[in-house]
Amino acid sequence: MPDATPAPRKFEPRIVAFFCNWCTYLAADLAGTSRLKYAPNTRVIRVMCSGRVDPQFVLEAFARGADGVLIGGCHPGDCHYQVGNYKALRRFRLLRRLLREMGIEEERLRLEWISASEADKVKAVVNDMVEKVRALGPLRLKVPEEVFAEEVAA
Amino acid sequence: MSEKPKVAFYWCASCGGCEEAVVDLAEKILDVVGAVDIVFWPVALDFKRHDVEALADGALLATFLNGAIRTTEQEEMARLLRKKSKLMIAFGACSHLGGIPGLANLWDRETIFQTAYRDSPSTVNPEGITPQPRHRVDGFELTLPGFFDTVRALDQVVEVDYYIPGCAPTPKIILAAVQTLLSGQLPPRGAVLAPDRALCDECPRKDSRPEKLMLTAFKRPHEVILEEDKCLLAQGVLCMGPATRGGCEALCLQGNMPCTGCFGPTSRVRDQGAKALSAVASLVESDDADEIDRILAAIPDPVGTFYRYSLPTSRLRRKRPAAAARAGEKIAA
Repeated sequence: MPDATPAPRKFEPRIVAFFCNWCTYLAADLAGTSRLKYAPNTRVIRVMCSGRVDPQFVLEAFARGADGVLIGGCHPGDCHYQVGNYKALRRFRLLRRLLREMGIEEERLRLEWISASEADKVKAVVNDMVEKVRALGPLRLKVPEEVFAEEVAA
Repeated sequence: MSEKPKVAFYWCASCGGCEEAVVDLAEKILDVVGAVDIVFWPVALDFKRHDVEALADGALLATFLNGAIRTTEQEEMARLLRKKSKLMIAFGACSHLGGIPGLANLWDRETIFQTAYRDSPSTVNPEGITPQPRHRVDGFELTLPGFFDTVRALDQVVEVDYYIPGCAPTPKIILAAVQTLLSGQLPPRGAVLAPDRALCDECPRKDSRPEKLMLTAFKRPHEVILEEDKCLLAQGVLCMGPATRGGCEALCLQGNMPCTGCFGPTSRVRDQGAKALSAVASLVESDDADEIDRILAAIPDPVGTFYRYSLPTSRLRRKRPAAAARAGEKIAA
């Protein structure tokens, strides 16, 4: 007799990846043309520079259901716009502290320098991040409105 | 009785400063009273909830509601006044953005009760009594409003037509808003009734801001003697001016103190704290992660600094509930 309760769906982390046009996005492209296989959990968004990643984008991603956010930029000294990746680094360091205060684990936000030739690194970083976020579980940020009624009734 | 438009003032989770702001209109308040009938104002006039309930729906031209929504009573009153009013005006930072009470979203009801009624050094409560929604004494039932885990801004509870920003709104902003509302020429619904430019634009110190501003240290106002005519960021003091809406005429800066962000973001910004964090972090003059951390360590409380008035209306709204984290671990396991 079939079990009435459906088996719980396995948690698959959703990771939003902001990749810079000049390095990391090309590396991801190379990973594709090189037929490298890696976890399919990232949704890549191409930005012109890691310095274009406004902290608002990161929070928006979390607020709309991302379990992790990965930012990929050029190696230090290699930025197409000279200093964009350094700006990304400064914002990332402060933003991660702020997220920690808000109860969001450090591993959910990651900044990596990946050059256009490092397709292997895209594969390694994405696989590693997916496993770490999988271990943390879903983020579940949303506070549904019904919660307000329930919490007072309790 | 008079044919003047009727208005109500009400307060929710607030400090009373917004009520003071109305009184701060000084003799100009006579112009306001001359133009409208105040039919409900608990802090100043003896009208009760049943007086509001007796009004026809939409009988009030406007309700000016200050304070965030923290309890069930506040939610009920907000809904009642919304029904009775043509226009619902969020008055002041708490109502507009969540305000200082909104920082309680870093905790939840249990931890707040534990701190307030048990753990704080000045609490004497050997029986560990905490407020209960219902209690019987001598055959009478006493009730208290329920207390939510999460503080909300007014527009997260009812529809809001306009916002008057500020902690507290300045007399000039209030008068301009009241005149706009009475003129009948209403701005687009949802507008914040203040200029839509960053505070730096009207700051008297604007010209002293260097073209390229980079910092190797942040200081708090008590750690440094501040020059009175130089950009505070250029002096290493955190100022939220670049990420805050203007309209206050840089009152705090005129008092030689930095802007803390009470007017909220401009219309192009969704998340004031993220924008302020972005602006401040970019000023750090270092390319080395450890050095960056060391410099930024001078900001001990990022959430309280960047979201001082806007945590409930930020994208994250509140600290992630511990229950969500536990549920996450369970699913992962």
